[in-house]
Amino acid sequence: MAELTAGPARRRPLVVRYPSVLIFLTCLGLFTLGATILSEGFGIGVISTSFVKTLGKTLCLCLVALGMDLVWGYCGILSLGHMAFFGLGGYAIGMWLMYERTRLIVVDSLAAGGLPATPEEISSGIAAQIFGVVGASEFPPVWAVAHSLPLQLAAVVLAPGLLALVFGWLAFRSRVTGVYLSILTQAMTLALSLYLFQNDSGLRGNNGLSGLQNLPGLENTSQAIVSIWFLWGSALALGLGYVLAAWMVSGKFGSVLRGIRDDEARVRFLGYPVEAFKLFVFTVSAVLAGIAGAIYYPQAGIINPAELAPIASIYLAVWVAIGGRGRLYGAVIGAAFVSLLSSWFTGGQAPDLNILEYRIQWVDWWTVLLGLSFVAVTLFAPKGIGGLFDLLAARRNPNRHGQDLGPDHGSLREKEADA
Amino acid sequence: MSQLLEVSGVSVSFDGFKALNNLSFSIGKAELRAVIGPNGAGKTTFMDVVTGKTRPDEGSVLWGEPPVSLLGKSESKIATAGVGRKFQRPTVFEDQSVQDNLIMALKKARSPLSVLLFKPEASDFARVDELADVIGLGPVLSMKSGELSHGQKQWLEIGMLLAQEPKLLLVDEPAAGMTLAERKKTTQILRDAAKSRAVVVVEHDMDFVRRLDCRVTVLHEGSVLAEGYIDHVTQNQQVIEVYLGR
Amino acid sequence: MSKLRWYFVCITTVLLSVFTLPVMAQNADAPIQQLLQNHREIIAKSSRKTIAPAIDALAASGLAQAQTVLTRWQAKEMWRNKETGLFVYGEKAGKELAAFDFADGADLGTFLARDFKQLKPNSGIRGMIGAALVQFQLSGSFTDKMQALDAIERDAEASHLAALTKVLADETDAAVRQRMERLQGLLTIRFGETEEDRIVAIQSFEGDLGVDVRAALNPLLVVTVEAATAPPEGEDIARILTVGSEDLPREAAYDHLVAAGLATPRISRDDKRNALLANISDGSVAGVEVATLDSEAARDLAYAALADQGLVDRVATDSEVDATLAGFTFYERYTGSPAVAVAAAAVLSGIENKVAINQAFDLGLDALSLASIYFLAAIGLAITFGVMRVINMAHGEFIMMGAYTGYVVQQIITDYTLSIIVALPLAFVVTFGAGVAMERLVIRHLYHRPLETLLATFGISIALQQIAKNIFGTQARPLTSPGWLDGSLVFNDIVSISYIRIAIFVMALMFLALFLFVMNRTRLGLEVRAVTQNPRMAASMGINPDKINMLTFGFGSGIAGIAGVAIGLYAKVTSEMGADYIVQSFMTVVVGGVGSIWGTLLGATVVGSLQKAIEWLNPSNTLAAQTYMILFIILFIQFRPRGIIALKGRAAEA
Repeated sequence: MAELTAGPARRRPLVVRYPSVLIFLTCLGLFTLGATILSEGFGIGVISTSFVKTLGKTLCLCLVALGMDLVWGYCGILSLGHMAFFGLGGYAIGMWLMYERTRLIVVDSLAAGGLPATPEEISSGIAAQIFGVVGASEFPPVWAVAHSLPLQLAAVVLAPGLLALVFGWLAFRSRVTGVYLSILTQAMTLALSLYLFQNDSGLRGNNGLSGLQNLPGLENTSQAIVSIWFLWGSALALGLGYVLAAWMVSGKFGSVLRGIRDDEARVRFLGYPVEAFKLFVFTVSAVLAGIAGAIYYPQAGIINPAELAPIASIYLAVWVAIGGRGRLYGAVIGAAFVSLLSSWFTGGQAPDLNILEYRIQWVDWWTVLLGLSFVAVTLFAPKGIGGLFDLLAARRNPNRHGQDLGPDHGSLREKEADA
Repeated sequence: MSQLLEVSGVSVSFDGFKALNNLSFSIGKAELRAVIGPNGAGKTTFMDVVTGKTRPDEGSVLWGEPPVSLLGKSESKIATAGVGRKFQRPTVFEDQSVQDNLIMALKKARSPLSVLLFKPEASDFARVDELADVIGLGPVLSMKSGELSHGQKQWLEIGMLLAQEPKLLLVDEPAAGMTLAERKKTTQILRDAAKSRAVVVVEHDMDFVRRLDCRVTVLHEGSVLAEGYIDHVTQNQQVIEVYLGR
Repeated sequence: MSKLRWYFVCITTVLLSVFTLPVMAQNADAPIQQLLQNHREIIAKSSRKTIAPAIDALAASGLAQAQTVLTRWQAKEMWRNKETGLFVYGEKAGKELAAFDFADGADLGTFLARDFKQLKPNSGIRGMIGAALVQFQLSGSFTDKMQALDAIERDAEASHLAALTKVLADETDAAVRQRMERLQGLLTIRFGETEEDRIVAIQSFEGDLGVDVRAALNPLLVVTVEAATAPPEGEDIARILTVGSEDLPREAAYDHLVAAGLATPRISRDDKRNALLANISDGSVAGVEVATLDSEAARDLAYAALADQGLVDRVATDSEVDATLAGFTFYERYTGSPAVAVAAAAVLSGIENKVAINQAFDLGLDALSLASIYFLAAIGLAITFGVMRVINMAHGEFIMMGAYTGYVVQQIITDYTLSIIVALPLAFVVTFGAGVAMERLVIRHLYHRPLETLLATFGISIALQQIAKNIFGTQARPLTSPGWLDGSLVFNDIVSISYIRIAIFVMALMFLALFLFVMNRTRLGLEVRAVTQNPRMAASMGINPDKINMLTFGFGSGIAGIAGVAIGLYAKVTSEMGADYIVQSFMTVVVGGVGSIWGTLLGATVVGSLQKAIEWLNPSNTLAAQTYMILFIILFIQFRPRGIIALKGRAAEA
């Protein structure tokens, strides 16, 4: 920080430009190490396997929150449909997991029948197993590459990426911004979840994909071990995602992004193709979300269309807002803090509270508390939890003529201050 | 005479109100021009049309040599073609340092990928320092631009314009809210800029225009009322009527 | 004690009956009795399969008493003397039977019930008797006639045609006559003697929308699928089928040939597998090693080898199936008379066209009523979002609050009409208050920060939804409409609209009028417009923008509350009902064009009609309809980002 006052900044490595990267990676590493030591699978068994899974899932949520912060905190696009990308990633990997596991079972049971199985028998056997629940017995076209892990892994990236690309191209091209864009993204995820709810969507309707925690070929490995692997995977993905995001937002690209957030028209008159930038960030963020989903759902074990409902994406926005948008660690802290707190309250572990005659059961009242505290954060602490770090660091903020500037209106305020 | 920008017969209407009415305007490659006119004369709309923000109902906007039409091009395309614009109220990115603002404006490749992979060279920093000296912001390069004074922000914006190295500068009320000393400096910056490129200054303040010492175009009700040097224009009966009569 | 008493009663009764046993004075030669005696075996057997001649004989006898016999028989009041075999009718009282003669209705006296056998026709037989009775009822009283006509409609028989024709000429009541004529026509279609009669009858129903006509015509078009090597000719060929099309899948076509003995059977994959399994010896099947049987082709070869050895039947392979199928033409042949079928098909297609037009009209009504729902849901939003540019994501929850207010009122006031009258203003008051509170506490601090308003109101929406869930539970609560709103306005068999939908439509119109009145004709409206267009100027003219903003927001929220009552009448009241409407409401406002009430009206019409139209194209799936509608709207915004009615120029950028 001292450097700043000493003179104009020159080129420096990422960790210096963005010091939180090093701190964050250290914390993440220590956390993962700690969880491993305390786990049942590799350590002393203080924390249960299901809690290890919760931690792993939380890391994935942090990753999608990171993506959300990229588009919202840095680029000013409040996407209320990001969990659609998360869900798509989950579906993409879930299809392979379910296909492959069912295939092994079907092959086993056919082999026990006396004759070696033919490809047709295997295929129809798998289809009957998977789609019997929605009254179908043939593979829908979307399952065309479900047999191939590499192709489905590609789909984890491509499905959310393409959706974001097409949707973003349409939306940004017609200069839909602000709340309109938010509602449009919400409509997108609503449409997608309604579509998936149908039985003939080819993805098992509201049954969703299940049994994803069982990795094909690893039936004999206990979940205690697998959960740690996934924890490592989640931590690795989050760490890489953080470095990528920090790299993106720290240089000139980050400047342009924040410029777009604060005054889109001005950036346009500087000659930057604003729509292309938005599309780029939106797509990258969707891909991050898709990858997060692909690591999340094997830990959750089941995915169904309700996971893509608009409310999920709203919660994502809530996490990022509470954590503090416009700073990467804020998004991560928000997602981790609120989602862990949420599962503590809704898991029935929080003690009931007696107010006069009425007994407050947190399972019922947690959502109310969350909603209201969200309002409070928006009103009184727009910087969220991340704002605490500012206080600690006593970082000087720009003089904004006594007005508070949200990330949405960096330069608008000037007009209003004048007005 | 080969012109840099040639606007002819442009009309724009909003819900029946004619903001521009058969406006024609042209400017050469290295020329300083002031555009004046009362409120609602169409000054801002004129700039909107040139920079691609507003699409005219009719007319043509030709640019460069050989002339190409600017109509239908996006704002960013027009900006990269060499048209720089400064807004009436200073719009700099207050959340970012003066240096970042200037680096952003430097004439470099603008596509997302090349921006992402951009690494500032020593020459880029040198150019930034040079610009900062021109606009007098050298000592405050690392400050957040939101902390600058109003006049400093105006200069920073002009500096960003210069960094873009445009062929045509459209400057909307650069002197608004400036002290007399600041105005003098602004005049100097603009006149220097006009040595190598075309500069169009939209201004209310007659004294400022007089100091610029250049040809003046008077707009009224969306079309050109008069054109010429300031003394010539101020003696025009119609211009006097428009400015004083109502 | 009670047992003793029972014995006593029994003995007394027996003694009494012995003394009072009357002499049989029944006329055994009466024609009706003769008729019954002729069929006594089948009557006694009382089986649905064999009873028909007896009933037909009675019905066709022309005897006046036949109706009595049939009526009594149907009512299980016909008895047969075990000794003499004569039939009587009577009523059983305790152990006794009061018997009457069929021939003249004479009282035969009281007998011991056990000396008679009661005839108990089962329901099938009773139905047949009922059908036979129809012709008698047709010439009876008005009620009888109507009953008879109902019976014919339910279960028509060939005999009814003659009966109807007989009575039709003498019928004087116009309404009954009309109904009879229609039925006569329908019966002629089915049972008419000559084809010409039937065709004339069919053509008389040209363009009739009645379901009964279509029910009568459709069976005439029944076809059977047949196959022949040469292309078929003749007027009774309905159409030629293509193998592999949706109407005739390849397997079905081949199975048809197999069933007709024209081809060797195929074998299913499972059967083939089982046949191979059954013939495994020493790890191989017909010399083919089991381990190599991992493809269908290998299995086919092994199976063929088995067939060569005579161990299994030969079956057609896939290529043989194709070759066989190529040699046949498949077609549909009318099972009934082709001339009648052709006439029926012509009339039916005319009717179906007319039905389609009417359905389109009905769909239009549906769309209109859906549009009014959306309009109601969106009008509050048109005020808060459209006029004030405040985005209120808790708008849906205000709708829900209004609906729950209606529900609570109905718990207190049980009269449905009165409770609705109370609920409407009360819902307005409740949501107005909630809206004002929200504006004062939250939104006021967030003007000009639309994204943060969106988020904060989302927080409120989440909290309100959960609070409602905690208070009222998760199951749907009913909001019952007054009795006079039950039922539908019926135009014809196809077009109808329920009164509740009409009420909602009227309500939507009233809201439109109210909105226009308030915004254009009142001081409040003037001040609202002033404040939204230029708050500082308005303030300098003595208008208090704070107060106006508060009132406007309250007004918009209050209207949402009233809309909630209306929507609650039409749909169920749940804590999530608001969330169901919020996206559509925003779509309505955005599609229509923000800031214009006419835009909202248009938007609601477009969104409502579109949803209905898509549902019509894909009726099985309302989820898909919503999906496609949202996709359409996303695309629509591409081309008209500012909605249908767009404000242009500087006003739009404010």
